[in-house]
Formats: sequence, C-alpha cells, structure tokens
Amino acid sequence: MSVPLTLLGLLEREPSHGYDLKRDYDAYFGRDKPLPFGQVYATLARLARDGKVMPGEIEPGAGPDRKRYAITEVGRSEVEAWLSEPVEAEPHLQTVLFVKVVLSLMLGRSAERYLDTQRAAHLQRMRELTELKRMGGSIDALLADHGLFHLEADLRWIDLTAARLYSLAEAVEA
Amino acid sequence: MSAAKPPAGLGNRGCLIEARDVVRSFGETPALRGASVSVAPGEVLAIMGPSGSGKSTLLHCLAGILLPGSGEIWFDGRRLDTMREEERSALRRDHFGFVFQFGQLVPELSAEENVALPLLLGGVRRTEALHEARTWFERLGLAGTEQHRSGEMSGGQAQRVALARGLVARPRVLFADEPTGSLDSLTGELVMELLVGASREQGTTVVLVTHEARVAAYADREVIVRDGKVTALAADPVVT
Repeated sequence: MSVPLTLLGLLEREPSHGYDLKRDYDAYFGRDKPLPFGQVYATLARLARDGKVMPGEIEPGAGPDRKRYAITEVGRSEVEAWLSEPVEAEPHLQTVLFVKVVLSLMLGRSAERYLDTQRAAHLQRMRELTELKRMGGSIDALLADHGLFHLEADLRWIDLTAARLYSLAEAVEA
Repeated sequence: MSAAKPPAGLGNRGCLIEARDVVRSFGETPALRGASVSVAPGEVLAIMGPSGSGKSTLLHCLAGILLPGSGEIWFDGRRLDTMREEERSALRRDHFGFVFQFGQLVPELSAEENVALPLLLGGVRRTEALHEARTWFERLGLAGTEQHRSGEMSGGQAQRVALARGLVARPRVLFADEPTGSLDSLTGELVMELLVGASREQGTTVVLVTHEARVAAYADREVIVRDGKVTALAADPVVT
C-alpha cells in the first residue's frame, strides 16, 4: 500500500485537513492498521516539499490541524499515472508456504501433513472472511473478496502441490 | 422391520448421518476405499476433494442413492444400506432434499410446479402444495417467475428454483452436489447464501460436495476425500 499516493488520491476529491485524511484512510484502506497521525503530517510535509500538494493558510484555532491541503497539478498527474499502472504481477514463489514444503521434503518430514494443516488454516480464514461479507457492508465485502480470492489461489497451489508430492520429493532428493 | 441399534459409539457422538468404512466400486474401479464421515444435526458439512476422488459417490451413498459394497450408512439411528428399497425410497422422499449441479428441473412443469413436486409426491394436496411452493419465490428473490418453464429462466434462477424444491418439504438433510458448479461467481455466491441461510433457518442439515474453497467456506466444517478415503482437517489449526 502506498500511503503517499493514497493520501494524494484522497486529496484529489477535495482539499482536506490531516485529520479528515486520516479518518478516510482508516475507514477505507487501513482497517487493520490505522495510519498514525505523525505519519499523516510527515507525509503531507514531504508531498508539499515535492510540490504535489499545497498547504493553505494557517487557520485560527488550537492544535496542529489548522492547515487544509490541496492537490497540485503535479500531484494530480502522479495519481493519474499511478492509477493507470498495473501492480507488478509477480509470482510469490519464495513465500513461507513454498519454503516449508521444500524444507519438509528435504528433511524427510511429512509435507502432506503440513499442507493439510495449512489448508485448514486457509479454510478457517476463508470462513471468517465469508462471515464478514455476509454481515458487513459492501466495502467489507470488497475487502473480504480480495482476501478470499488470494486464499483460494493459495489453496489451488496447495492442492496441486499435494498431488505432486511424490515427484517433488524425488526432485528435492536428487 | 425394526431399526437396528447403531454400533457402539455412533449414537453417542450425536450425529444425524454417518458413513462407516464404506467401500464402493464401479466395475473394477474403486471409488471409495473405506470412507468414514459423520454429520451432526444442523451442521453444514462440505465434502471437498479433487475430481475423481470419490466425493460425489460418498454423497450418493450417504443419501441412500447408491449402496456401498461394504461398510454401513446410518441415518438418525437407522441403518440405511440394509433397508428394503421401498423403505429407503420413502425415507429419501420424507427426510432428504437434493440440489444438483444443473438444477435438473422438469422442463414440462412450471417453476412453481417444480418446487411443489416433493410435496405432491409426499401426498400433499395440489392447491396446498402450490401455495407452500409460492412462498419460496419471494424468499429466494424469484417473484414473478412462478409460471416460467426452466428454458425461460437464467442458470441462477433455475438453481434457486431447484434449491426451493430441495427445501420445500423441510427435509432433515439437504444433499447438494456442486450446487454452484455451473454458475458464475456472483450468482454462485447468491445461491450459497440462500442455501445456507434457508437451511439454518429451518434446521436442515446440509451435506455439500464442492471442489471450490469459496463455496466450502460457507460450511461449518470441511472434510477432504482423497483416493476414496476421508481426511478430516484439523478443527483448530495453529497458524505459525
């Protein structure tokens, strides 16, 4: 998740205070990991330094949040470019799943048992996300779906790997 | 015929339906090689497994559609596989509901007649059966399709009609074999939502065969059929 670009994107809607940006970021993108205030202001300061946002006049009142930030043309074209680029579609082969399977095979341990345990953990998480979808709103469903499809992809890999364990063991031992 | 007592241990676990060490072959090809599984009342169980693993054969054995070569099938304390065919057929009609991959609606009948079918076969009067059937159309978002034939409905609509048919007689167990297999993700999700929601509402136990993890995630528990045997996944996996 790119915090600066996401905040820039939020600013493209309308000029906002740091507090409003944090609130919207947390509501839409940072549910499990709220954005610290310090990071919001530090990011806004960097964006201002780079000419991507423009701080407004200091408004009267107490507290640090007295500036309203507006996106600049530079910032707008950066958001435009970012949103039109795909995220790199790399296969995450070196994940812990892969390492655990290969190491189990190398060490003569039961990779099948590990895969079954992993499958159960994945299915349990999928059940939780399905419940979240059923009980939550459409933003919850959107997030849950993303998780569900990724977990499903892992599960397909787990199934295929389980079916190939015999030949994989031979390859690892060779 | 008096119902035999279940073998020791079976009744104590409070299961409604159980396969015990079931072996079933088709000709020379073994499909199940000692499969055991039990389902608790009100539970939604997903049977998963790769193609050809024997998961549908297990469902058909549990439902008394196929008879095992050896092993036992129990339903509510009664041995299903040794019953006379008429008795088994009556039990299926009175206590079991079915949903298959392709709705398998009777094309000559209207949607509401399809839904009413299990009630009509169970001896309910036609007007009463159709009245009960119609209550399902609103519930499943099908209002207005009561008079449609299967050819006039989308896949998702037809599958919801099939679901209503499977549940209309308030069966003790609903057997669902790849109920979303022919549907796109969004429609499949809607069907699963309704299937699980309606079953829980009326306390129907569900045995669901699927190869899709997203569908299985609607269940309370999953088992995997592999090489004709059932593997239960850890109930509480420890994530590291």
